[in-house]
Amino acid sequence: MSPAPAAIPILKTGHLLGIEALSVDEITGLLDLAEEYVALGRAKEKKSPLLKGRTVINLFFEPSTRTQSSFELAGKRLGADVMNMSVRTSSVSKGETLIDTATTLNAMRPDILIVRHQDSGAAAMLARKLDCCVANAGDGSHEHPTQALLDALTIRRRGRRFQGLTVAICGDVLHSRVARSNIHLLSKMGARVRLVGPKTLMPGEVARYGVEVFTDMREGLAGADIVMMLRLQLERMSGAFVPSTREYFRFWGLDRKKLAFAKPGALVMHPGPMNRGVEIDSEVADDIEVSVIREQVEMGVAIRMAVLDALSRGLPAGEHPARVARNGDES
Amino acid sequence: MSTRRTVFCNARLVDPASGLDAKGGLLVENGRIADVAPKLFADIDRNDPEVIDCHGRMLAPGLIDMRVFTGEPGSEHRETLESASRAAVAGGVATIIVMPNTDPVIDEPSLVDFIRRRAEATARVRVLPMAALTRHLAGEVMTEMGLLKEAGAVAFTDGDRTIANTRVLRRALAYASTFGLLVVGHAEDPDLTEGSAVNEGEYAMRLGLPAAPAAAETMIVERDIRLVELTGARYHVAQISCRASLEAIGAAKARGLPITCGVAAHHLALNELDVGPYYTFMKVKPPLRSEDDRRAMVEGVASGIIDVIVSSHDPQAADTKRQPFAQAAFGAVGLETLLPVALSLVHNGDCDLAQALRALTSSPAKILGLETGMLAKGAPADLALIDADIPFVVDPDKLHSRARNTPFEGRRYQGQAVMTFVGGECVFDRSAENRT
Repeated sequence: MSPAPAAIPILKTGHLLGIEALSVDEITGLLDLAEEYVALGRAKEKKSPLLKGRTVINLFFEPSTRTQSSFELAGKRLGADVMNMSVRTSSVSKGETLIDTATTLNAMRPDILIVRHQDSGAAAMLARKLDCCVANAGDGSHEHPTQALLDALTIRRRGRRFQGLTVAICGDVLHSRVARSNIHLLSKMGARVRLVGPKTLMPGEVARYGVEVFTDMREGLAGADIVMMLRLQLERMSGAFVPSTREYFRFWGLDRKKLAFAKPGALVMHPGPMNRGVEIDSEVADDIEVSVIREQVEMGVAIRMAVLDALSRGLPAGEHPARVARNGDES
Repeated sequence: MSTRRTVFCNARLVDPASGLDAKGGLLVENGRIADVAPKLFADIDRNDPEVIDCHGRMLAPGLIDMRVFTGEPGSEHRETLESASRAAVAGGVATIIVMPNTDPVIDEPSLVDFIRRRAEATARVRVLPMAALTRHLAGEVMTEMGLLKEAGAVAFTDGDRTIANTRVLRRALAYASTFGLLVVGHAEDPDLTEGSAVNEGEYAMRLGLPAAPAAAETMIVERDIRLVELTGARYHVAQISCRASLEAIGAAKARGLPITCGVAAHHLALNELDVGPYYTFMKVKPPLRSEDDRRAMVEGVASGIIDVIVSSHDPQAADTKRQPFAQAAFGAVGLETLLPVALSLVHNGDCDLAQALRALTSSPAKILGLETGMLAKGAPADLALIDADIPFVVDPDKLHSRARNTPFEGRRYQGQAVMTFVGGECVFDRSAENRT
């Protein structure tokens, strides 16, 4: 199941910071690789020794049960030593900068650092300052590349072709890194992207992405193959960006009535965690005929295994001669 | 000031105040310009120790930078008056106007006095403080403007804060006009810009950064124009950065209102795309705008609607800039790049030399009521000897400021101050520097 010893490189750079910089080949390469890991994940023996001896650090500045555990499991299934660090309050409040934290971690010689941060650009900043590979697990409102990849894998495994596929992304596009990564990925792969939501949650220049923009769910969903719902953060629900959750649900919450405007057999996706009764009705979310939300979680682990695998292909092999030579330097 | 005689010969005298641009000489006696004229000292012995041969280079009034933030008092690790003055002289700047945004805030006559004394004791340039317009910069209660003026404040401003309360601002403007004082405003709507880091637009959207529209600036400019109309106060918008603000000020000037405005050098040279991959040294206030807005700023300097070019020098320590973009501090150092950026407009053919230099010398002098900023008999001998053609690359390690946060790193410019004089005293000599 694990790839051949002299595995061919998939990513052109040593990091996965976003979808925007990836080529169609890189995306396809990751999806193909992930297919293998879906199969591995369903086998009795779920482990591969691919990353044996490697250290993967999960550095999460924002709470995220889902993404963090998904990366953790992916690392463990590949045989790596995985360390979880939640830096939500501790060091930052002591006046330590992100760079200080990074420098400290760097000294522990990780091979791959997975980072989630509330600020856009944080992953790119760490990638510039650290010696190891960096995978972006979500930075501010910028990108969440593994989410877009797992969404793509889910779509592809449902037998849908990206070319000409109509995908409606609905909700809080303004603050959403999931939306941005998905817009990049789906557009690159040839899909037609629509964005639907109130104008307070839509960037003013959003049409510059080459997407269609709608405010009305019925129009936005009309004929869509995929309906992708975005999570609405609690603090944005009551008066700040929309007047109330019930008003939001009335106009942009996905229920059976609105879904009926999409193409028959359209798939419903959500990056989770869901706000039931806000952006999505339970009746739709739990309907296994249309909702692939649980499948997305499974694909998440496979994609993250593929990402770790792809990143590790760029790591120096053996005893890290380059790093041994640097001993004694402060990095 | 100096009692020595200094003779400048073989100079290209450039004085925007009088329109002079000719080969000639200049005589300094007792710290003041005793004579200045075309063809003066053409035949003088250039080896005489009191003679400075300018070799045909430009001799202009020392620059006046109307917007400089330092860290003294309160955060001297960023910049002191002394370190700012070293940066100033290396940029041909002879006078810096320092902002009251310090800790404590300069809102008391004794603190104005502190700045003046401290500058006299340590700084190489003239340091003129602006005092706070409202106490603690809180935007609520006006300061003792009359007493602050007596202590030496040249104008009144809340620095990089906009006064949100129009009632407070109206009264402050009216009170200031009682004494004919100058009020300087910062134009960014505080609510609309709260939490924002960059200019709203496509690039900000792609980076996923919190952004505010340029209209947040223009609506304050327009609001303040109305209040000036109401009160008759002399009002200067410290920095504008977008086309719509330029148009609003142009229209107000055409109506004869006593309004002037400035632009920061970085808004003449950079646009929002220079933020690049979250480059925090590009995080300034107001933010870098679109290319069309940048073009408008250049046009504004050329047309004279923009009166003044400032550095908006704002030194930041490494730790506040080495942060994720949204958390990083605003501000860029600029004293040493002010003149090169202004000269780049001339080299690019966007603006004539006199116009660019006017915005750095006679125009701020006139707005502030200073006797410097011109090459006139009897004026203080604040001079900048400028090699307008010398090429160089901006190297942060060679800056004289205590801080290194220049947005111009690695950029190529043409033209630098080679010597700077304050009150006839040579306070900077690039050739001496290069020897050491």
